[in-house]
Amino acid sequence: MRADAAPMVSVKGLRVTVRGDGGNTVIVDGASFDIARGEVVALIGESGSGKTTIALSLLGYARPGCTIAAGSIHVGGTDVRALSASALASFRGRNVSYIAQSAAASFNPSQRVMAQVIESARVHGILSRADAEAKAMALLRALALPDPERVGQRFPHQVSGGQLQRLMAAMALITDPELVIMDEPTTALDVTTQIEVLRAFKSVVQQQHTTALYVSHDLAVVAQIADRIVVLRDGVIQEVGPTRCILGAPTHAYTQSLLAAADPAARATPVVVPDVADPPVLRVEGLIAGYGGINADGLPYLPVVRDLAFAIRAGAVLGVIGESGCGKSTLARVIAGLLPAARGTIALDGEVLPADAARRTREQLRRVQIVFQSADVALNPAHRVGRILARPLQFYHGLSGAAVSRRVRELLDMVRLPAALADRFPHELSGGQKQRVNLARALAADPRLILCDEVTSALDTVVGAAILELLAELRRELRLAYMFISHDLSTVRAICDEVMVLYAGQMVEYGNRNALLAAPRHPYTDLLIASVPELRPGWLDGLAPMRLAEAAGGVAAFSEAPCAFAPRCAMRLDAVCATEPPPIQTLAKGAAIRCHRTAQDLLVAQTDRDLTPHDRSHVEA
Amino acid sequence: MSDLTVPLARWHLPTPGRIGLAIVAVWLVVAVLSPWLAPYAAGNVTAADVFAPMSRAFPLGTDYLGRDMLSRVLLGARITVGVSLAATALACFTGVTLALAAAVHGGWVDAVLSRVLDALISVPSLMFSLVIVASLGSSLGVLILTAAVIYTPGAYRTARALAVNINALDFVTVARARGEGTWFIMREEILPNMVLPVLTDFGLRFVYVVLLLSGLSFLGLGVQPPNADWGSLVRENLEGLFDGAPAVIVPAIAIATLTIGVNLLIDNLPTRRNGHAR
Amino acid sequence: MNATVLRLIITRLGLAALTLWIVSVLVFGATALLPGDVAEAVLGQAATPEAVAGLRAALHLDQPGWLRYLIWLGGLLHGDPGRSLVNHLPVAQLIGNRLPNSLLLAALTAAVSVPVALAIGITAAVRRGSLYDRVVNLLTVSLVSVPEFLVATLAVVIFAVNLHWLPALSSVSDISSPEALFRSFAMPVLSLSCVIVAQMARMSRAALIGTLDSSYVEMARLKGVRPARLVLRHALPNALGPIVNAVALSLSFLLGGVIIIETIFNYPGLAKLMVDAVATRDMPLVQACAMIFCAAYLLLTLLADIAAILSNPRLRHR
Repeated sequence: MRADAAPMVSVKGLRVTVRGDGGNTVIVDGASFDIARGEVVALIGESGSGKTTIALSLLGYARPGCTIAAGSIHVGGTDVRALSASALASFRGRNVSYIAQSAAASFNPSQRVMAQVIESARVHGILSRADAEAKAMALLRALALPDPERVGQRFPHQVSGGQLQRLMAAMALITDPELVIMDEPTTALDVTTQIEVLRAFKSVVQQQHTTALYVSHDLAVVAQIADRIVVLRDGVIQEVGPTRCILGAPTHAYTQSLLAAADPAARATPVVVPDVADPPVLRVEGLIAGYGGINADGLPYLPVVRDLAFAIRAGAVLGVIGESGCGKSTLARVIAGLLPAARGTIALDGEVLPADAARRTREQLRRVQIVFQSADVALNPAHRVGRILARPLQFYHGLSGAAVSRRVRELLDMVRLPAALADRFPHELSGGQKQRVNLARALAADPRLILCDEVTSALDTVVGAAILELLAELRRELRLAYMFISHDLSTVRAICDEVMVLYAGQMVEYGNRNALLAAPRHPYTDLLIASVPELRPGWLDGLAPMRLAEAAGGVAAFSEAPCAFAPRCAMRLDAVCATEPPPIQTLAKGAAIRCHRTAQDLLVAQTDRDLTPHDRSHVEA
Repeated sequence: MSDLTVPLARWHLPTPGRIGLAIVAVWLVVAVLSPWLAPYAAGNVTAADVFAPMSRAFPLGTDYLGRDMLSRVLLGARITVGVSLAATALACFTGVTLALAAAVHGGWVDAVLSRVLDALISVPSLMFSLVIVASLGSSLGVLILTAAVIYTPGAYRTARALAVNINALDFVTVARARGEGTWFIMREEILPNMVLPVLTDFGLRFVYVVLLLSGLSFLGLGVQPPNADWGSLVRENLEGLFDGAPAVIVPAIAIATLTIGVNLLIDNLPTRRNGHAR
Repeated sequence: MNATVLRLIITRLGLAALTLWIVSVLVFGATALLPGDVAEAVLGQAATPEAVAGLRAALHLDQPGWLRYLIWLGGLLHGDPGRSLVNHLPVAQLIGNRLPNSLLLAALTAAVSVPVALAIGITAAVRRGSLYDRVVNLLTVSLVSVPEFLVATLAVVIFAVNLHWLPALSSVSDISSPEALFRSFAMPVLSLSCVIVAQMARMSRAALIGTLDSSYVEMARLKGVRPARLVLRHALPNALGPIVNAVALSLSFLLGGVIIIETIFNYPGLAKLMVDAVATRDMPLVQACAMIFCAAYLLLTLLADIAAILSNPRLRHR
């Protein structure tokens, strides 16, 4: 890269407005940045910061209702804003191409995949059909897509998410564009799928020296692939700089808060060592549950979880972690009685609860409360906040009149919200505020146990971190127990005392939070931990090839096999793992794993692989 | 689903909606006050001049008996609007109640109701009303009931789809997990979120009922003399068609203004905005 | 066609048959189990006790309701829905004389309205927000709201009374030449088409706008695909299902409109037959006509459902 070369992309003073009820609102204001030839620049921001808007404006495109009001956009010498409609159509897909966030929505459902991948090459008249298909095939191989010869003949709904994402990359690269824009391409994927897609993108981008703009909210992911980072907030650029500088020594306060929020484990609460004499608040044994009704054997037609057993003590937090299809959300509903378990017992404070919520007493229902992921739909839009909080008070405690209003004020105070919010409707609140109201409603019942179902997953990282802090404080003040369900390992590590790892409906590891990080681990836990991107560049490149092969297996849904992870497992013993159910071994480190391999074998295989100094510093004594 | 309810404080009816509201309001007032508004009394045969064109004395001409058309139309508004409102209210009330029961109970209640009401929808409306009128005659009560029976399934379908969607949302699950009973959930959680779409549906059914009723009267099988709604007015003045008399067209145009007015109003009510892709 | 699609279609057929059966029960229930005595009402002045008794026996009125229903249903399935109470001719013959006329009218209307409606709906969707689109919207909303007899009477007033272009009443026998055909059928078909075209245009416009707003069309636009190809290759193929659905449902409106139109223009079709039968309380004729209308309606909705199934790529390609 010559130092005197003109930048490939140059944006100056970009201003985008959107037409609303009260006139035009500015959503991007005065954005200016450059991308040099062959460079990968990341655009970081939370939802609503305007990053997709900026990315689309590089194509000369504004979503319906939006207008590019001012500024200059130059890509490869072309003044994008000066292009006519026809010239713009020639420009898009050829000079600049776009990889969208949701691959499933971006493919035409009634056309075969190959036809869509080569479409831009055909439409711009660059390649003949035979040449385009050959080139597409080469790209698919470079992107490490399995079965490239046949996947092109499929329809989009017959292809998995990770593969569709790579097909979209091929679709973008087929015209050899000057600039590729990647808009949150891995956000919708499971963390183990994410690393192979990321790896594929990075290798292709490096091979072809493509100039790229990578849009994301995830600093750790971006650290793996970007040379420079642009930090965006509410449509205004906060800070620009090389990756290592931004990550190592950020100057702007907002960047610093982003970095702090990205690593909640760094400020984790100390593990609460439960008093063994305390009876557990919740004890679950032999749980089997699923959908579709019960068959003749008393088992569900569509099982989701099996053989689950765990306990939560007063004031303790159990984290339940797993990827899509592991059954963690179903578990919350089963405990709450919304989905009756087919087999097994759920005991609350020693008292066995009926499987069906309809058969539980009001008092039993009061002691277990559930908080959902999406606060948008968890609050009735037709009711004011005060009324939403008043109802559990009336229903469980029989309060009325002034006692209710007083308690509502107290509850709002407990979740650090102003008392005036009681008169507002949910749509007037921000995402974080709504989630706090959600929490307050659960607290109104004065429960023993709160089931938190992905409560921070839909929130921005900064807002989510604040909710986590609130949860930790409330736990201390009120001696509440939580079952904290999440797919995000770092969030779980920040707040949980014990962790249960689920894979395809089964428990694979269960133990103390710190034990989770110490070897020996269950092979799936090991893969999960290794797949979480770390906030240092070079993490992706340092992953062992065997790790990538495991990740490529694809996340499994519920399976009846003795060990659901065996088909993907690098440590499997072919003779035994496919036929016999693995035993539950209790390890010295304070955890139990379900595996055939001995602790010694796992320890040897895992310690000499990749425990970095970074990991070591987080393992407490 | 975050725009289930719209911040009504900040919303105002756009112009086409205001026009619609004005038209509807005018006809409602006329329907109530027509005996005092009509320049000539009901059966008053005033002039020997049948099918007269518009004039000072008779702003909308005269009918086949020489009666003032303006008065006839104003009085006819009572029947048209009154009967249609009664039938629509009955249809929507029944439809919404059944829909809530089906959505919240699910199971066999839902299956049976949906199957029977689907069959009712499969009968073309005008034809079915002909069949009922053939059996039971055309009294006002029969007409109201017939229209109500014919349009309940449509109201049921709309309300049920709404209720099922709302039922699936997390805030209803929270209420259920709390231990709330079925009635409470229907009344407090689901119904308030259905109000606007149900109102829109009410307007739609009203238009269908008006068209059905006037169609029946036009065929001579609807409202019978001495009562006369707008459809029967068109029918009795049909011979004036070839003389170009206003008597035929005027009641038909009255129907059109009412239905177009209602359509304008409900088209511009706040509903889920089709926002741009995120 | 694969097993899933076949299974779904057969299920729909089964449901349609079930619905038709329920409808037959409803129709029979509404007409045959009525207050007052049919025999007396029919005989009117000539209602001597012996005549009434004789007619009651002939109409099986002394049998229980469900038996009468089965007798009637059996007759229907054998193609013999009884005899008219008014002129004692076989119902099948009366219907047979009139049914082709109605079918001709319906076919002509469909042939005219479907292409016109689709053209209007598609062009309005492609030029969404333009003046053309707004005018189209206004016109279609108005036409959908107005009663059919308004359109018909206006058409008669304008074209027959004032302009003298077309005859007001139609004579079916005069189809000797295309010109005669046109002159006879122009007014009824025009009146009948207006509302149907408006309905169809609105629904197909909405269907196409739905696909034009989708993410994959946006993605194609960002690839540089030009507007013509966007509509033809990306939007229309996915809107086809909803559009065929719209066409089928709109044609079912024909079943209501044809009753009014045949009456106004004195057209000798099935609908007019039924209206006359209702006026004279000729029950067997009313029942048979009702079943035909319902069957036609169910056929159209079945076609709409099948179109929706076949157009879904997830079902076609497992």
